[in-house]
Amino acid sequence: MDTGRLTRQSDFEWVLPPEGAMRVPAVIFASAELIRDMDDKVLEQASNVASLPGIVKASYAMPDAHWGYGFPIGGVAAFDPEAGGVISAGGVGFDISCGVRNLLTGLKRPEAEAVKTRLADALFQAIPAGVGSTGKLSLNDKEMDQMLLGGARWAVERGYGEAADLDRIEEAGMMAGARPECVSHRAKKRQHKEVGTLGSGNHYLELQEVVEILDAEIAQAFGLSRGDVVVSIHCGSRGLGHQIGTEFLRRMAVTAAEHGIVLPDRELACAPIHSETGQTYLGAMRAAINCALANRQVLTHLAREVFEKLLPGAKLELLFDVSHNTCKVEEHEVDGRKSRFFVHRKGATRAFGPGHPDLPEAFSKVGQPVLIGGTMGTESYILAGTEAAMANTFGSACHGAGRAMSRHQARKQWRGRQLIDDLARRGILIRSRSERGIAEEAPGAYKDVGAVVDATERAGLARTVARLRPFICIKG
Amino acid sequence: MIKNRWEHFPHDADIGVRGIGSSKEAAFAEAALALTAVVADPATVAARVKVTLSCAAPDDELLLVDWLNALVYEMATRNTLFSRFEVSIRGHALEATAWGEAVDVARHQPAVEVKGATLSSLSVHRDESGAWIAQCIVDV
Repeated sequence: MDTGRLTRQSDFEWVLPPEGAMRVPAVIFASAELIRDMDDKVLEQASNVASLPGIVKASYAMPDAHWGYGFPIGGVAAFDPEAGGVISAGGVGFDISCGVRNLLTGLKRPEAEAVKTRLADALFQAIPAGVGSTGKLSLNDKEMDQMLLGGARWAVERGYGEAADLDRIEEAGMMAGARPECVSHRAKKRQHKEVGTLGSGNHYLELQEVVEILDAEIAQAFGLSRGDVVVSIHCGSRGLGHQIGTEFLRRMAVTAAEHGIVLPDRELACAPIHSETGQTYLGAMRAAINCALANRQVLTHLAREVFEKLLPGAKLELLFDVSHNTCKVEEHEVDGRKSRFFVHRKGATRAFGPGHPDLPEAFSKVGQPVLIGGTMGTESYILAGTEAAMANTFGSACHGAGRAMSRHQARKQWRGRQLIDDLARRGILIRSRSERGIAEEAPGAYKDVGAVVDATERAGLARTVARLRPFICIKG
Repeated sequence: MIKNRWEHFPHDADIGVRGIGSSKEAAFAEAALALTAVVADPATVAARVKVTLSCAAPDDELLLVDWLNALVYEMATRNTLFSRFEVSIRGHALEATAWGEAVDVARHQPAVEVKGATLSSLSVHRDESGAWIAQCIVDV
C-alpha cells in the first residue's frame, strides 16, 4: 500500500483524514511491514466505508486487513441509528457469524499423541467436511425456525451439548431479535442438509497444543497451561448465511437510491437501519448468527462423541466461541457520551475488555478470549480483549492471518499430496477429501499470523495469552 | 474472430471469474464455466443431468450476479457441478439450460464451495476488440 496519504499516528496506527465524500477518518492498525504488503484496495475500501451515512468516529482496518467486497476484510465500522446510520450486508459478509470456538480437553499432548492416528481418522469420519458433505440432522420447517430462534441453546435443548456451554458463547448462545420469517425459503432449503457441517475452504477442526504461554495470569483465568490439548473449530452459518448475504446484498444495491444513499461503489450496498430493508436484514442476519452458533454446537457434540470413545478421560469444556462476521447493537462511549451503535465486524473479532458487563464472570477481570486462527502448518493464538480496544476500535481486534497469495497461485506452487506428506513428517496429520483443496490452503499461501498478532498487541487492541500449534487438522 | 473463453483473476481472499465471448450470452456461459472451475476442473464434469434456470434484473451487471447466484444455489442444493451451458438473454431477462452431474469427490476433487457472487469488480461490457466481458468476484 502507498502510505503517502496517511499520517502515522503511532508505530501501529495509520490515519487517512477525511477527504472527498469521507465523513470520518479511515484508521489502519498495522506495522510498517504489514501495511506495506496490504493491497491499496484496503485503503480505498476503508475510505469508502468512511463515506457511509451515520458512521461514528472512524472506519477501521485491523492488522490482518485485506481486500474484501465493499468493506475490507478486517474492517470495523459503527453506525448511529439516530443519525441516519446504515446496515450493510457486505459489511457482515456472506458467511454470517463465521467464527472460532475453542474447547479445553484436560489432556496433555502425549495422551493424545498415543492415539493420534486413530483420533484423526475417527474425527474425519464423524465431522462432515468439504464440498457437498451433509449433516445427519434434517430439520423440518418448524424445527428449522426453532433453530434460527434458539441458536446454540436450541442445540443444547436437543441434546447437542451441555447447559454450561452456553455461558461461554457470545450472546449466551442465542442471538436475540432473530426473525426466521425474514429468512427466505431458498436460504432455508440451502441449509436443509448442512446443519452440523464444517464447510470448505479455510474452515477446519483442529487439535492444537499450547506451545507457549505469553500471559500467565490470563492463561490461568482461561484454564490454559503449556502442553494442553485444545480443540479448535472454525466455521460459520453454512448455506443459510450465504444465501441471506446473497439476497440482501442485491436488494440493498437496488434500494439504496430509493433511500437517497449515494454509493461510491455498488459493492457498498446498504440500507438505513430504520428502513424496512434494514430491519428485515437484521432479523434474517440474526437468525443466521443463531444458525452458526447451532452449527458449531452440533460439531462440538460430534467431537465429544469421538473423544468419549477414544479418550474417555477427556472432558471437552468450552473455552469460548467468537464470531468474526457480524453486526451487533452495542453500547459504546463516544465523546464522553454512551450510546447504542450498530457495530459491523467483517473479518474482525469482538474483543471486549475487562469489566464489560456482557462477559461471563470467569473473564470479567481479564477480558474476553479472542481466538485467532492460523494455518494448518503454522500456529494459532489466544488473545484477550483490552480496555484500549474498547476506547479505540469499539472493542475489536484481528481475526486471522489473511491470504498472501491467490488460490490459483497456490495451486500452481504446491501439490496437495506433497503438502500432506510434508506436514505428516512434522507431526501434523491432515485429513481432507480434496488434495486440490489442501494445495489452495497451503500454509505458505497465508501471511504470517504471528506478525498480525504482534501488531494487534502492540496497537493495544488485545493481549497475547497463548500460542498453539496444530497436530491434527480436519480440513473442510 | 473472438474466441469464447474463461479465466480467473486474482483477489486477496476470494476469486474473480471472467467470461469472454463473441456475444453477451457466450460471455455469461463462459463466466459460468469459470464459476465451476473455482470448485473443480470443468473437463472432469460430465453433462449427465439438465437444469433450466431463469432470472431477470434491472441491468446487465445484476443479471450476471443473479445468473451466477442461481447456479450457486443449484450447485448447493443439488450437490451438482455444471460443465455445459446454453444461455439466451432478452433485455435484462435470462433463460438458460445447464448440464452437469452430481459431485463425485474422488473424481472431481472439489476444492472449495462458492458462497455467492458479489458486486465487486462487477462488469458486463464490450472491450476494444468487440469481445463481451462478464466478470465479478465470487466469495469462497
